[in-house]
Amino acid sequence: MHMADALVVPAVAGTMYACSAVAAGYSVRKVRQENDPKKIPVMGVMGAFVFATQMINFTIPGTGSSGHLCGGMLLSALLGPYAGFLTMIGVLLIQCFLFADGGILALGCNIWNMAFYGCFVGALLIWKPMMRRGMSKAKIIAASILGCVLTLQMGAFSVTLETLASGVTELPFGTFVATMQPIHLAIGLVEGLITAAVLVFVYEARPELLYANAQESAQRARFSFKKTIAILAAAAAFIGGVLSLAASAYPDGLEWSIERLTGATEIDAAGTAYETAEAIQETTSLLPDYAFKNSDTLLGTTFSGIVGAMVVAGVCVAACLIFKFFKNRKKPEGIA
Amino acid sequence: MSKTDHAIHQINQLNTLAGRNQWMNQIHPLVKFVLTIVYIVTTVSFPKYDVIGLLGMMVYPLALFMLADLSFRDSLHRLRIVLPLVCLIGVLNPLFDHNVIMVGQTQVSAGLLSMVTLILKGIFCVFASYLLIATTTIEKICYALRLLHVPKIMVNQFLLTYRYITLLLAEVSRITQAYSLRAPKQKGIHFKVWGSLVGQLLLRSIDRADTVYESMQLRGFCGEFQYVGEKSRMKAGDVLFLLVWLAVFVLFRTYPVLLLVGNLMT
Repeated sequence: MHMADALVVPAVAGTMYACSAVAAGYSVRKVRQENDPKKIPVMGVMGAFVFATQMINFTIPGTGSSGHLCGGMLLSALLGPYAGFLTMIGVLLIQCFLFADGGILALGCNIWNMAFYGCFVGALLIWKPMMRRGMSKAKIIAASILGCVLTLQMGAFSVTLETLASGVTELPFGTFVATMQPIHLAIGLVEGLITAAVLVFVYEARPELLYANAQESAQRARFSFKKTIAILAAAAAFIGGVLSLAASAYPDGLEWSIERLTGATEIDAAGTAYETAEAIQETTSLLPDYAFKNSDTLLGTTFSGIVGAMVVAGVCVAACLIFKFFKNRKKPEGIA
Repeated sequence: MSKTDHAIHQINQLNTLAGRNQWMNQIHPLVKFVLTIVYIVTTVSFPKYDVIGLLGMMVYPLALFMLADLSFRDSLHRLRIVLPLVCLIGVLNPLFDHNVIMVGQTQVSAGLLSMVTLILKGIFCVFASYLLIATTTIEKICYALRLLHVPKIMVNQFLLTYRYITLLLAEVSRITQAYSLRAPKQKGIHFKVWGSLVGQLLLRSIDRADTVYESMQLRGFCGEFQYVGEKSRMKAGDVLFLLVWLAVFVLFRTYPVLLLVGNLMT
């Protein structure tokens, strides 16, 4: 799929150089942000690896032909879209300079057709979303095949457009597309299978090397959702139950202020309304003054702490559910 | 010779050519790089029926092959990748373009002319890139790229890839040779070992990258390589070389020099 210089005119080549330069500039910025000095040698060696392994012929079962590895998708799955894209540029530069595989002027087109689709589309739109909910062999195979087929189809279509826009061929658009797309569909399928085989091997041997799996492992390394909830609950029980034993016997800020003004921590209010309210509070409160009713023991304070934590958590959850319920009910009305 | 061995041979051959102490090799890399780009742009900008105008562009490769003492036969080998694709696209032009163009007193098929220009463009561009790489080392090309403000990350990565290609190609060659000795009469790698064969090499390569990084740090790597021994300064001769060739390109692109010379002679 490497385009030669003769197939493009300067205007098309310049446009594609500009597009590729934007993607390269963005990738450089992203790789710099990662601030991982180890990345450069890894990218260098991986570039050489992709180039070298593309020399290996893989026998396609049932046919007499052979296929090759899909560099873009493999690099995306290992290095991520940005480092993968820059590595692919290096590979394409080597192919162009040393082996005349693709021209210097057409390099912008080749970067776009192979590296951009292979890395950006392959990693960000296929690999990453598919691996979001965890990685598995089946997902790796599906992502590799889908990624290779799709990115190769896009690349082949771009070759057609760039060649036609350059006006170097008299081939009608339909004929050109009908020639390019099916060939690359078959190539994509084979390349996808080879890439899948390699990535599955890596997944079994060193899964942490795969892109998107590192993030997942980091999450897994912390706690699962259930574990998090259990630990939060235990922490709440600990704080409410045990630390409440150490609750200050001294008045809090407001109580202290009132005490300074009136000589007592609570204001004695007189009147029917106050008396009625106090009666209601005394009847309904389960744990008046943070202890069992008519109890001033250590156990009572501890229990009241645990119950308090549970009630607060329950109220929070209930409030959230009510909020969500009303919000969900409101939404369709709003749209209508 | 296997595919990988051939690639290693090709790289070594280009290294030897670029490392020669030859007049053309001493020209500033930026001059050669810019000239190559300008030459390719000028060549592909010729109209698709202007065969005679395009033929004038042969002066650059012709002169440089002689000046650089390079074998023309060796460069033909590089055409094997480009020419089939270009010919495939070009050969269909006479079938779809039935217009007729008058060249002097003769009627010529426009499709045929466009096919010839396409093939000529392909050949000239390959020659130009060969002349660059055969007279300039990759380190010097990287230096030229840095002078053109190509980001450091990209240039470093390109140089590292180049340096490790030979090593990994040799490793691939050993692996495939070992496989073929154990599995005779097989055309390629059997699908059952697709993953493990390449996967093993991949894991070894990643481990190698770690070692490389540690070695680089131990040698005081601070983010940039020394692409050339000393920062080569552009000399007056380099500028003159650039200006002369730029003038030649403009002249051949603007005037039908071959026709004018032909008319003068006849």
